[in-house]
Amino acid sequence: MSFNIYDFTSFTQSIHDGLSSVMAPGWVTFTELVIVGIVFLAFYALTGLALVYIERKVCAFIQNRVGPNRVGPYGLFQTVADATKLLLKELLMVHKADKFLFNLAPYIVIVASFMALGALPFAKGLHAIDLNIGVLYILAVTSLSVLGILIAGWSSNSKYSLIGAMRSGAQVVSYELSVGMALLTVVLFTGSMQLSVIVESQVDGWWIFKGHIPAFIALIIYIVASTAEINRGPFDIAEAESELAAGFHTEYSGMKFAFFFLAEYVNMFFVAGLAATVFLGGWMPLHIGGFEAFNRVMDFIPPIIWFFGKTFALIYIIMLFKWTFPRIRIDQLLTLEWKYLLPINLFNILIVALIVMMGWHF
Amino acid sequence: MNGFTKYFSDLFKGVSSLLKGMRLTSGYFLSPGEIVTEQYPENRATLKLPKRAKGEVIMPHDDENHHRCTGCGICENSCPNGSIQVITRKEVNEEGKAIRVIDKHIYHLSMCTFCGLCVKDCPSNALAFSNNFELAVFDRNKLTKVLNRPGSSLKKENKAS
Repeated sequence: MSFNIYDFTSFTQSIHDGLSSVMAPGWVTFTELVIVGIVFLAFYALTGLALVYIERKVCAFIQNRVGPNRVGPYGLFQTVADATKLLLKELLMVHKADKFLFNLAPYIVIVASFMALGALPFAKGLHAIDLNIGVLYILAVTSLSVLGILIAGWSSNSKYSLIGAMRSGAQVVSYELSVGMALLTVVLFTGSMQLSVIVESQVDGWWIFKGHIPAFIALIIYIVASTAEINRGPFDIAEAESELAAGFHTEYSGMKFAFFFLAEYVNMFFVAGLAATVFLGGWMPLHIGGFEAFNRVMDFIPPIIWFFGKTFALIYIIMLFKWTFPRIRIDQLLTLEWKYLLPINLFNILIVALIVMMGWHF
Repeated sequence: MNGFTKYFSDLFKGVSSLLKGMRLTSGYFLSPGEIVTEQYPENRATLKLPKRAKGEVIMPHDDENHHRCTGCGICENSCPNGSIQVITRKEVNEEGKAIRVIDKHIYHLSMCTFCGLCVKDCPSNALAFSNNFELAVFDRNKLTKVLNRPGSSLKKENKAS
């Protein structure tokens, strides 16, 4: 284990001790919750803004155009202008919509995103919660967003929204299987579901290298299934901008639409971050087991830069999916999952179990 | 057995076609030299439009202030929304015959749909599209144009008689 990776637990512990010396334990917990909440809100907003801008620029370059370049230098303030516009829009209430559910749906989607983000380790010791059932918790929490989508489609009292929501429900529920089982391969390799333990176990090489072919297949399956989970890319039949008139979020305007919009982009960040954590080593620098000098050189780059670098590389791949491939039909989507991804996944898990039992991995 | 091999061949062919697509788009992403967007207000000096670009409709006049419009009125008839008014007058030419001469060819730029039927249907090729596309004005009256210039006349064709 390399000794010059800064451990954030000392930082967080010092904050905790500082607070404990000033107030009662109940208040300490409350203040810490407030601090974590504010930090995550700020991170969420900033990530959302940055990702929308990055998406527009990447999409533009792929299509041989320039993208936003007028609002601020290189168009950097474009998303700020968009956010301001969304804030100022009138929140329309749909005729005969179920008021409570209509207002509730965006919040469910956002809350599911937040809860998932809290479990990601950004650097050593830098995560909000470190459950020992980390992977299971994340799977459970990301399943909440399908609730938000179904509620949005139902309460909009519009047939297009309902069709979009039903399709999305079918899609998300199917692909959750693949996501879970792809993550299961790494849990098998590591022997633990706790995310920090998974990252620590990659100290002598990332699982994609140590687990060679099965881990690589699992990564591919995970990325494809996750793009379907977040209703993005060639799997965005639910919000099909050109077909269903924006699908389940047709009737939403202003800030509520902004919530759905933001949640999609931050979900993309989360999915890429989880793939980076589990398959590509999270904040762990690229180590080759046994090459001490190489490892020391790699350690100079701060872990948080490693984490964001890997995440953004995967985000680029997810964006490439969206802007390269045509949208697939709902029946092709379900065929892909149940006839191709799921059997391959099951075989993969069998092979990984065999490898782990025989000790054939590095 | 056929279904079994078809499954795998479908899978591999599918994946390879996806990878081909991703290679193409990644290539576009990494080559900013292929960008086709024109940064319009800044590149006015070097802007070149193709010859077939449809700007506004003009009546080309040559160096001696001759145009080719005979005042037949075919363009007025073929314009789908009446953006052209051809006003003619009767004149007596050198041989003493009464002929029709174009007095004013009025073109309403405000109503023109740029369909090109007038240019296409003119039997003497009197009308053409210019490449000028910056046509916005502050006064609506400036959008009603007379296409034949003052003092211009019909070009005398050398007819083989």
